[in-house]
Amino acid sequence: MEKSVILAGFGGQGVILAGKVLAQAGMDHGLEVTWFPSYGPEMRGGTANCTVVLSDEPVASPLADDPTALIAMNPPSLDKFESTVARGGTIVLNSSLIERPVMRADVKVVPIPMNEMAAKVGSDLVINMVALGAYIKATGITPLATVKTAMAQMLEKDGKGKFVPMNEQALEEGYNAV
Amino acid sequence: MRDKILIAGNDAIAEAGIRAGCRSYFGYPITPQNELLEYMSAHMPKAGGVFVQAESEIGAINMCYGASAAGARTMTSSSGPGMSLKLEGISYLAGSDLPCVIVNVARGGPGLGNIAPGQGDYFQATKGGGHGDYRMIVLAPATIPEATELTMLAFDLADKYRTPVLVLVDGVLGQMMEPVEFRDPVDPATLPPKPWALTGAQGRPPNIVTSFFLDPQELSELNLKRQDRYRRIVTQEVRYEEFETGDATIVIAAYGTVARIARTTVKLARNEGIKLGLLRPITLWPFPYAPLRALSNRVKVILTVEMSAGQMLEDVRLAVAERAETPFYGEMGGIVPTPRGILMEVKKYASYDAEDDQGF
Repeated sequence: MEKSVILAGFGGQGVILAGKVLAQAGMDHGLEVTWFPSYGPEMRGGTANCTVVLSDEPVASPLADDPTALIAMNPPSLDKFESTVARGGTIVLNSSLIERPVMRADVKVVPIPMNEMAAKVGSDLVINMVALGAYIKATGITPLATVKTAMAQMLEKDGKGKFVPMNEQALEEGYNAV
Repeated sequence: MRDKILIAGNDAIAEAGIRAGCRSYFGYPITPQNELLEYMSAHMPKAGGVFVQAESEIGAINMCYGASAAGARTMTSSSGPGMSLKLEGISYLAGSDLPCVIVNVARGGPGLGNIAPGQGDYFQATKGGGHGDYRMIVLAPATIPEATELTMLAFDLADKYRTPVLVLVDGVLGQMMEPVEFRDPVDPATLPPKPWALTGAQGRPPNIVTSFFLDPQELSELNLKRQDRYRRIVTQEVRYEEFETGDATIVIAAYGTVARIARTTVKLARNEGIKLGLLRPITLWPFPYAPLRALSNRVKVILTVEMSAGQMLEDVRLAVAERAETPFYGEMGGIVPTPRGILMEVKKYASYDAEDDQGF
């Protein structure tokens, strides 16, 4: 079993952090993992992405030319990566910002109104956890509890422990929306 | 059981340096190496060591010279343009027989290039770069756990052979995260003594550390002794890995990031019935000529894949001579080859198999 996911969105939507949380959760779940960011001169408002590979054997390539899933948080991300997703793969997309339909008929599409759901939880900043919650439910790759723990540890390490409850709620919202 | 932690390559290499007993680090910022420097700035003082952000890469490598001459395990790191600036200092370290660990998190070049991953520094790393008849051990990990092992090994080799050792990675390995179980730290107090070091000459004649010898006879003899040491390294320190080469008819030669990507290509090719293998040099100097030569006697094609215009390719061709085809596939400018991209190249030569079956 090897799963690879590209998380892509505007800089500031938190795809880099969401990828790290997923990688940490995968590792805590007993999987081999790699996390690779696009590390160009990106900034808030630009585009950012990262690739997470989760496998039951040591990961060879940390890059995927046909990822088994795509989390597209904005229109350019869907345009850029839609064609790369493996047949039978999953596209979790942010229907708050992406208006066009997915052209591929051979992938599972999971539209989530991420901005509205994040706003409901209390802040646009947790949109990445809404997306991640939806992705793990749609793919069953790791349990929700493991992702919550990984997220909490990561935020606490960065001195952002007070944001853990809101991010937990966002994970649950995304998870329950699938 | 040791803790397994998810850590980025740059951070992991820095941590491995501290665990190897290194207590002096001198560096200067450059992407995609910055996190290594940043990690050192946070953790070296906690370990009781010295961290200096030098005024330039030239300053940093010469601070290493000073620390090494005083007997300390010392380390610096950089990328692309910064590595070019360090070359004079590396030649001086080699000429003074001083151990030092240097890390190059390589990027796209030449010139200012860009900050994306690259392997265009192979010639610089393995064929001198700096002036004079010196060699430098070059270690090229393909995973982050291996990067930590090889960084710790680099310090041992540097001390053992009294030579600078380069750990060569690229932007992918510097930036990506992977789980690592670190080896236990080395206590610097338990390291073997360095009787040649400048430690104050209490109760012994003074030591001299220099690369300056006006007398041709004296400089010649020193060079000959150094070449003997290099021959010992060539005999004893070659490291490489073979993957699925047993029945292979085509073998990819690749190192570092490209080698781990090619590993996926090997699996994809085997699923399609192509007998593909991989030979991965772990030491780029000393280069694994002998295993490549052995392979070339029984495979038809050795395809070199690099993020360069074909630099390691020259060493592969030296090893293989005319015994097998030696095509090349490379990407430059920060483009990273993908598993399927490499597979498409492999398929150009897979017909060599079919020809065989038809009795050609």
